[in-house]
Amino acid sequence: MGNTLADKYADRIEAHFSKYPDKRSAVMPLLYIAQEEYGWISPEGIREVAELCDMDPTQVKSIAGFYTMYSEKPKGKYWLQVCTDLPCALRGADEFHKELKEYLGVEEGGTTEDGLFTVEHVMCLAACDKAPMLQCNFHFMENLDMEKMKAFIEEKRAEAEAEAAKAAKK
Amino acid sequence: MHIIYREKDIPDIHKYDVYVKNDGYAAYKKALGMDPKAVIDEVKASNLRGRGGAGFPTGVKWSFIPQSEPIKYVVVNADESESGTFKDRQILENNPHQLIEGALIAAWAIQATAVYIYLRGEFWDIAHELDKHIQDVYKAGLAGKDIQGTGWSCDVYTHLGAGAYICGEESALLESLEGKLGQPRVRPPFPAQKGGGLYAEPTVVNNVETLANVPYIVLNGADAYKKIGTEQSCGTKVFCVSGHVERPGNYELPLGVTFRELLFEHAGGIPNGRQIKAILPSGGSGPIVPATDEVLDTRLTYEDCQNINTILGSASIIVLDDSVDITWAASKMTKFFKHESCGKCTPCREGTYWLDKVLDRILAGEGQPSDVDLINNIAANMQGATLCALGDFAANPILATIRHFPDDFKQHTEKEEEKADDAKKPAKRAPSRGRAASKAEAAGD
Repeated sequence: MGNTLADKYADRIEAHFSKYPDKRSAVMPLLYIAQEEYGWISPEGIREVAELCDMDPTQVKSIAGFYTMYSEKPKGKYWLQVCTDLPCALRGADEFHKELKEYLGVEEGGTTEDGLFTVEHVMCLAACDKAPMLQCNFHFMENLDMEKMKAFIEEKRAEAEAEAAKAAKK
Repeated sequence: MHIIYREKDIPDIHKYDVYVKNDGYAAYKKALGMDPKAVIDEVKASNLRGRGGAGFPTGVKWSFIPQSEPIKYVVVNADESESGTFKDRQILENNPHQLIEGALIAAWAIQATAVYIYLRGEFWDIAHELDKHIQDVYKAGLAGKDIQGTGWSCDVYTHLGAGAYICGEESALLESLEGKLGQPRVRPPFPAQKGGGLYAEPTVVNNVETLANVPYIVLNGADAYKKIGTEQSCGTKVFCVSGHVERPGNYELPLGVTFRELLFEHAGGIPNGRQIKAILPSGGSGPIVPATDEVLDTRLTYEDCQNINTILGSASIIVLDDSVDITWAASKMTKFFKHESCGKCTPCREGTYWLDKVLDRILAGEGQPSDVDLINNIAANMQGATLCALGDFAANPILATIRHFPDDFKQHTEKEEEKADDAKKPAKRAPSRGRAASKAEAAGD
């Protein structure tokens, strides 16, 4: 079996290895690369990272399962993680989270049928003074309300439709 | 005055050139001309205490490192994850060179071979910016091989976590950096000792804000630093204010400011004509205090907070107004710790699970009066029974919520006839549920 990550991301992987005295320390940065390549922590991603770090695939899988930023199942193109912890909840984050799910028609952790949006709640993201807030594919969106979210969602939907139309023409 | 948030006085100080023009790296260059032990002594004399929550004297921590060991590390704890804490993020974004300079001074002081800056994974964008700032430092010859002709070499690296509160605990952070599950280690050996640190080498782990204080101390001297704050709590502190205030945000003020001044003058008081009910002075992990006049007039220092049976901790001040049901707030905090428990120690893993179950039952109106005793019992069995402080963090706040706000629990657990009996007694008004409480269950876990 080949190793796609090793072939495709050789420079980045080497840069990570050079930071640490042992290969195992690079498992977390390499899991991020695997997630970038496959969209989630897939079985082939686990195998390839394990090979690269001289680890057992089971050990790599346990790391992926321990940390919340590695996704163990495929997600939508936009992974919306809403903070509903106490400081955000005091400023309306629970209502915001609920309305967001209703607007998209998904349950907690669910993905929209068009594969665009996944919504889930997470713990404190260190932006309590800018609640309600969320992270979208690891980028923070702050001081939100549903009007702003609807505009964002519709913009992304329109982008996806335009891309689909373009692809259909070809 | 700003020692930490200098961007408020100097725009664009995040840029290397602007930072250097404003005394940037002058303290580091001064330190490089000093004996490393003299640098440790200066920081010791300043009484600087760890700003991450534990408040341990920084210079003392550095002095634990055995100088004879050839490999030593400085690890910067930028895993800011405590509920209500968002101070380090502002330093990393707006004054990053001051952190890098502080970390390099610490590295010189203990003669470290490398600095690792461990950032929480959610600081993804910040980490990539920080990498660029570090490149500027290398280009200026302030990091890398034979720094400034001293013969001392030290590299600076960033490392991204991936979403785990527990990695803010220093031994769990070291495990995570080694590519393992972020779970606390059995101590001793402590990180400063051979066998206890990163890759088993002696290691200093310091919080971002702590290190950002160091350049000022080295440049201006410990005596100048000690003039700020109170006798026992020296310097400024960043207070993160969140929850029910007009102007949530970070306020850097001298230690010793009162709760009243911070919350009503700086943060603008309580919005919507509401009254302040309670304060969590140290995020979700410190005991709650009712907002009495005595509490509001208390000075925010390590020692004064102890006098009102709470902690200064990381000074992440969450404000609750009189619309909040404290039972709901306790449930929110418990859900946090249940999610973040790493699972290594049984009392914490099982305790947070059962606390959450019982609180859910109470909030659903299915609680018994004895449930409050049950919570006290579970929490008491977690205290002091775990490898790291998370078990205590989860237990202490809930015990304090019950101690200070018994009526908030009673309104859920007492049956109608008991409530009727109570009504005959001189009754205290039971607070209504929080604005957000009715929807809290929707979030689930």
